[in-house]
Amino acid sequence: MTPAAIAHPHQLSALSIASSLQLPLALVCAPLLPGVINRVKAFFAGRTGQPVLQPYRDLLKLLQKGAVYSTTTTWVFRAGPVVSLSCAALALMLTPLNGLPALLAFPGDIVLFAYVLALGRFFTVAAALDTGSAFEGMGASREVWFSTLSEPALLLGLAALAKHAGKLSLTSIYNELDPAVLFVSGGPALILVAAAFAVVFLAENSRIPFDDPNTHLELTMIHEVMVLDHGGPDFGLIQYAAALKLWVLGALVTGILVPARSGRPLLDLFTGLLGMLLLAAATGVVESVMARLRLARVSQLLAAAAALSILALMLVSSA
Amino acid sequence: MILLSMGIFVLGGILALCAGRSARAAAWLGAGGAVLGALVGLVPVLHALTGASIEPLRLAWGLPIGSFSIGLDPLSAFFAVPMLVLCALCALYGAEYMRPYAGSRNLGVSWFWFDLLCASMFLVLIARDGMLFLIAWELMSLSSYFLVSFEDEKESVRQAGWTYLVAAHLGTAALFLFFMLLAREGGSADFSAVPALPAKLGAAAFLLALAGFGTKAGFIPMHVWLPEAHPAAPSHVSALMSGAMIKTGVYGLVRALTLLGAPPAWWGWTLLCVGAVSGVLGVLFALAQRDIKRLLAYSSIENMGIIALGLGLGLLGKAHGEPLICMLGFGGALLHALNHSLFKGLLFLGAGSVLHAAGTRDMEHLGGLFKRMPWTGTCFLAGSAAICGLPPLNGFISEFMIFLAAFHAVVRGYAAWGAPAIAALALIGGLALACFTKAFGIVFLGEPRTQGSRQDKVTFLDAAASRPAALLVAHMPSGMLASRSLPAGRLGSQNSSPYPVVTPQRAAQAHEAGPLMRLSMAVLVCACFFLGLGGALAMFRMREVLSQATGLRMWDFMTAFEDALIPLHSVSACAAVLLLMILSTALLRALLLKGREVRSGLTWDCGYAAPNARMQYTASSFVQPVTELFSAFLRTRERAVEPKGNFPAAAAFATETPDAFREDFYRPVFESALKAAWKLRRFQHGRIQLYILYIALTLMVLLIWKLGVH
Repeated sequence: MTPAAIAHPHQLSALSIASSLQLPLALVCAPLLPGVINRVKAFFAGRTGQPVLQPYRDLLKLLQKGAVYSTTTTWVFRAGPVVSLSCAALALMLTPLNGLPALLAFPGDIVLFAYVLALGRFFTVAAALDTGSAFEGMGASREVWFSTLSEPALLLGLAALAKHAGKLSLTSIYNELDPAVLFVSGGPALILVAAAFAVVFLAENSRIPFDDPNTHLELTMIHEVMVLDHGGPDFGLIQYAAALKLWVLGALVTGILVPARSGRPLLDLFTGLLGMLLLAAATGVVESVMARLRLARVSQLLAAAAALSILALMLVSSA
Repeated sequence: MILLSMGIFVLGGILALCAGRSARAAAWLGAGGAVLGALVGLVPVLHALTGASIEPLRLAWGLPIGSFSIGLDPLSAFFAVPMLVLCALCALYGAEYMRPYAGSRNLGVSWFWFDLLCASMFLVLIARDGMLFLIAWELMSLSSYFLVSFEDEKESVRQAGWTYLVAAHLGTAALFLFFMLLAREGGSADFSAVPALPAKLGAAAFLLALAGFGTKAGFIPMHVWLPEAHPAAPSHVSALMSGAMIKTGVYGLVRALTLLGAPPAWWGWTLLCVGAVSGVLGVLFALAQRDIKRLLAYSSIENMGIIALGLGLGLLGKAHGEPLICMLGFGGALLHALNHSLFKGLLFLGAGSVLHAAGTRDMEHLGGLFKRMPWTGTCFLAGSAAICGLPPLNGFISEFMIFLAAFHAVVRGYAAWGAPAIAALALIGGLALACFTKAFGIVFLGEPRTQGSRQDKVTFLDAAASRPAALLVAHMPSGMLASRSLPAGRLGSQNSSPYPVVTPQRAAQAHEAGPLMRLSMAVLVCACFFLGLGGALAMFRMREVLSQATGLRMWDFMTAFEDALIPLHSVSACAAVLLLMILSTALLRALLLKGREVRSGLTWDCGYAAPNARMQYTASSFVQPVTELFSAFLRTRERAVEPKGNFPAAAAFATETPDAFREDFYRPVFESALKAAWKLRRFQHGRIQLYILYIALTLMVLLIWKLGVH
């Protein structure tokens, strides 16, 4: 649970302030990420686009509404959003931002991290199947298919990082990472892991090239089609959970790539946020310049991500 | 106390047998015997678990080798606890489950074999002598064989029973050699007399134990009997077999490892490979099934694979002098054996309730049961989440420990075996999620796929159940289909024909399971949650077992044990945080919706206003992307009748996934064996006097041999 080697009592308090600010910052700023992505996509398309703060307005609006439930559904459908939001929140509590320690950390929390996300997925899929709709069944089917392949990529990548740091908790692993190292020993391995995580980030958050949240055909969507039947506060919870998941998996990528670690925790917090926004902008660029992959290609890309993780693990282990 | 418990088991069985055709009395006596025997047996077992050693009891018997030698140490006790609990719960469940069969067959016999199975499993766990062990093992195999072939008028059941019998005896043959080897070296069949074996003999002994115990545990490629026998048996028997009986294979393997002394690294490698292959292929085949009990049987193979992975990591850790990896590997494997007993027992009981209520095991004909069977549905949901290894349930704790062993291996510089283990476990985890969202989602959620009305034909007769064909679009000519519609709730009890209770598939008219069945499932759900939240507590109780199983030196053991406990405390804390967050989010949602308009309507089907149950995604299509991806292993067969002409009438598409090992390996081998055996027919001609001559000649030869030796 102990954060980095701490020299100065002044720094200690700054660190504790910064790390205690980390969680509220994520909770408040997570919906900013989809806002930034949409704005960048609008820019590339030559539109003005919606305001960056639009996701917040959407959330507020949804939380104020009533709800309509299908007569087919049971409590499993109502539990879906609740459980998936709780799981995303617990994953957030385990995730360090830019080297700043997470709220919860213990050796082995990398496994809990992966499985908490899996629990959220289980309930989202169950809720989708609860509606009895063919569209939602199709989305659920594709969701479990993608996650089957992205899970090995994520866990093997984490294993490579763990080997690099010699630690087994996300906080201490990311604390050991110094972006300066990227250019010295073990650097190539870390870049490979970052690439694998970036693929996992796009796949798990249902972004292009895996899924297109903006198509007008439900048939071509994955995550969005699974939540077609949810409305009102339930849909608000889902949107917020999706934003948190975007933040959580994004923090794994930026934690490797963003050259920060100034030794001043508050500054690190700020650069951490900046890194997340940059990642969102980059996602927007990817979504603007790429088309969605054919479904058959998706498994190849995910297997390639797993291969990158394995390669990184081999590089780290032989170093 | 142990003998008393065994006595009650056997007595209950015999009384049930005597009660014979009075089904009520047989159920009371048989189930009562099992419950009482289990409760009495639990007293010494729980006592032994804490390390209080119970003196082995040794009695002479009339056989030239071996002795009646029993004992109870922490390892036996650890496996006996879930076994006895499951015996009691399955008996309770079975008392209600078997009621529809009351008029048509002699339930006394069934209960007799059930109680005998309980007693023989207990005896396997406490035997301290090779010969006694083999006798108990054989008794266990035979009693479960008779239970499997309960509905023996069905061709598929007879075949499943036959496959099981052959596989069980091939396994026993390996074990026979194993114990003979030990007895020859040690001079006695007693476990305490096993000497340190030279490397070559040790290797042979290890491989024999792996083959013999692995057959019972269902490791691939010795698994072929498992997906046949488990679906064929009555559900409470499937639960007992899958939850408790196949664990005796794991117990035997661990016991053999403690007997054989310090393991070389390649034993660990072997178990690691067997585990990874069984785990991944087991869950892949599970995914491709449409018979829910067959799916659960394949998932047992997967879980046995996870256990083997854990044992392999433990052995490798021990061989490389890493006590922490050894501790986590063995701890995870043993805990997973316990956990699997709980959630697989639960899932089989849940599947039994579904079969009981809806008359079919075919997932394509189920659906929407949650509304009609909320208890069973909730229990099945908990079991599904647990078997996927999701927090805060028990499956997570054991998979977490095995994962942690692999991660420690990677960090300590053993990526060569740590990384494959992580990859296999991660793949298994993802596939298990797909498999059990399918099992739960298709069976319990959505709309019922069959109404039980005359329009619903029984398209999937039970004889075909062993060949899981997945009809995606089934338009079968109605002439070949039996349409037997009974009003719901009237099944069986008036049915006095010698034929099985054939009920129409009527997911829409399913009813909730009875109180005893619900009680058994609820107890198991509570156990899953309890172990999931109190992982550290469970591990703490396992201290003596682990000390025995790992065989580490005292100091190493103490440090490793403490180190292994620390993350488990944190996991418990996180699980509690998660539950708290779920509760508070649910509360928030309820507050938000309070006083607002909450309406109900049709499922949104993209503007289509008349969706029906047949438009839902099916079980086969749900997993199609994954089965397609792994088609090289699964070898799913497709048959299609394509629509022809301008006005196509009927089209059909069917897929089936038979067991690749059975089809491509065992079938040719056994067929050639049969051909060879055919030549021996000349000696079997039915003339009694010649048979007697054979016997006389054999005895003569034996006599000469005996005299010649002296």
